[in-house]
Amino acid sequence: MSKINEIMLEQTKTDYPAFRPGDKVRVHVRVIEGDKERIQPFEGDVISIRGDGASKSFTVRKVASGVGVERIFPFNSPKVAKIELVREGKVRRAKLYYLRNLSGKAARIKDKNIR
Amino acid sequence: MPGLLGKKLGMTNLYSTNGKVIPVTIVEAGPCPVVEIRTKEKDGYEAVQLGFGSKKEKHLNKPEMGNFQKKNLSPVAVLKEFSDFDLSTLKIGDTLKADLFVEGEKVKIIGTSKGKGFQGVVKRHNFSGVGGQTHGQHNRQRSPGSIGASSYPSRVYKGTRMAGRMGNNQVTVKNSKVIKIDVEKNLVFVLGAVPGAVNSIVEIRK
Repeated sequence: MSKINEIMLEQTKTDYPAFRPGDKVRVHVRVIEGDKERIQPFEGDVISIRGDGASKSFTVRKVASGVGVERIFPFNSPKVAKIELVREGKVRRAKLYYLRNLSGKAARIKDKNIR
Repeated sequence: MPGLLGKKLGMTNLYSTNGKVIPVTIVEAGPCPVVEIRTKEKDGYEAVQLGFGSKKEKHLNKPEMGNFQKKNLSPVAVLKEFSDFDLSTLKIGDTLKADLFVEGEKVKIIGTSKGKGFQGVVKRHNFSGVGGQTHGQHNRQRSPGSIGASSYPSRVYKGTRMAGRMGNNQVTVKNSKVIKIDVEKNLVFVLGAVPGAVNSIVEIRK
């Protein structure tokens, strides 16, 4: 597998902050409107990180006007311009799918730095 | 058809400029030395025998050893004949590389599928099973059901699909698109899946 790992590393972006499930991130997405390109941020909690190498992706969930919205971003997609780490969260699971069934106060994630 | 021998390295993703994921299989195609040229006069047909990979000398038998020594070639692991090459430009000892292919071209890929062992009819022939545990069934959800009628024909027809060994067959995938070529490393990026396990030998034909 070493050869394919090399090839995968070539196309893997490395300029991202290290973030984990439970963290709040702001993903800057390139949006094309007509022939203009602009950047649209998408801010929410990372509820899952899956895959490895070129096909690694992560899911960001936010609640927008009462409706849960999830977007899956491939790490290496050219559409993802930048990722900002907004807040580190404290969670005990790698996949936070249980948040989908919770709402309001129960759906909050504890801050990592507050004991 | 002209083609090359190669090794399946595995699958990964590429991204198009508009952010679409392109699933690709990477095949290390070549370098393939020309080991033998079959001609109309000598062999009755025209073809080029290509080699791929390497083999230790202690693993060769004497005829193989003699063949490679006579042509002053390093021993190769696999040999395969390809027709429709331009024989006038090729001679024994030439090496063919991945630049035989062009980006965007459709190719045929031949490999050996992964062996699945002894499998039942549901997995092997896409039977649907008996469909649930009701109507008196309790222990045969994935069974084939009836394999023939009784008094006529009083036997099971030849070729009736049953359980058995699955996989480890030669499989050809037609019209696979070449997405990208890395001539330096002899890599061909093919859209979608390629038959066989990682590190297995595949044939790419034009």
